[in-house]
Amino acid sequence: MIYWNSLSDFLQMGGHGPFVWGSFAVTALVFAIEIMQIRRQRRATESSIRDESYATEKN
Amino acid sequence: MFSSGINWFKYAAPQRFYALSGTLIPYCVAVAVIATIVGLTIGLLIAPSDHQQGESYRIIFIHVPAAWMSMIIYLAMAFWAAMGLIFNARLASMFALALAPTGALMTFLALWTGSLWGKPTWGTYWVWDARLTSELILLFLYLGFLSLHAAIEDTRKADRSAAVLAIVGVVNIPIIYFSVKWWNTLHQGASVSLTKAPTMATQMLTGMLIMTVAFWAYSFAVSFYRCRTLILERERHTAWAQEAVK
Repeated sequence: MIYWNSLSDFLQMGGHGPFVWGSFAVTALVFAIEIMQIRRQRRATESSIRDESYATEKN
Repeated sequence: MFSSGINWFKYAAPQRFYALSGTLIPYCVAVAVIATIVGLTIGLLIAPSDHQQGESYRIIFIHVPAAWMSMIIYLAMAFWAAMGLIFNARLASMFALALAPTGALMTFLALWTGSLWGKPTWGTYWVWDARLTSELILLFLYLGFLSLHAAIEDTRKADRSAAVLAIVGVVNIPIIYFSVKWWNTLHQGASVSLTKAPTMATQMLTGMLIMTVAFWAYSFAVSFYRCRTLILERERHTAWAQEAVK
């Protein structure tokens, strides 16, 4: 069922390995960066709201 | 006419959407992960090579989903931005803003993967043909939307100005889509269209469609997540938002 005869066949992609893997790797990297960025943004917003409401409660 | 009747739309909707999207995100993530695993297994391990392009065609399994999402997200962004502008609906504007970065990334990926596909196929990374140029303009429209929004201090004013830009830019979408028909481009014609049977092998088509499901689910998950942060940011002075971050 698997099309490839060997792992090195798979990695070489018929000589087009850098193009194929360059596409897939950058896509994975971009998604990973986006996920990290939205989580960081979320944490920053949460903590700034917490600080602010804490300051209000104290007064 | 609309101002008094839709108070709930203006004030309660962000809070309700915050709860609803929070429930939906895990399902979107699950669909994205499963579809990615299945789609990549088919695309990279099972599907045969293309008789004309050899193995480099496998870039299609991310190139086409990214390119479709770049256009679909733009239409969704412009739609919600317009809703925000016309009905003064804050949530709609927030969702439009939440979609823009993901749309820009999808556009970048369509260009990046297309470029790496172009080199072995056409012998060049880039050519100023109609399809590629209009997709590059799409990237600038997303970046323009985001920078215009960031440049205006007043949030609602920023929403409205960016909405106008988004709406005007919609004209670029049919240009991208039909460019391969209207002009003589280096880019190949559509492999899948609504009007005729696909010209691809079944395994290739299946893998590509499953990867498209993955990209859809991913886009929903990250834009919901980003929208929830925007809601909290803009509702920070309400009791419910302060409660939600405790």
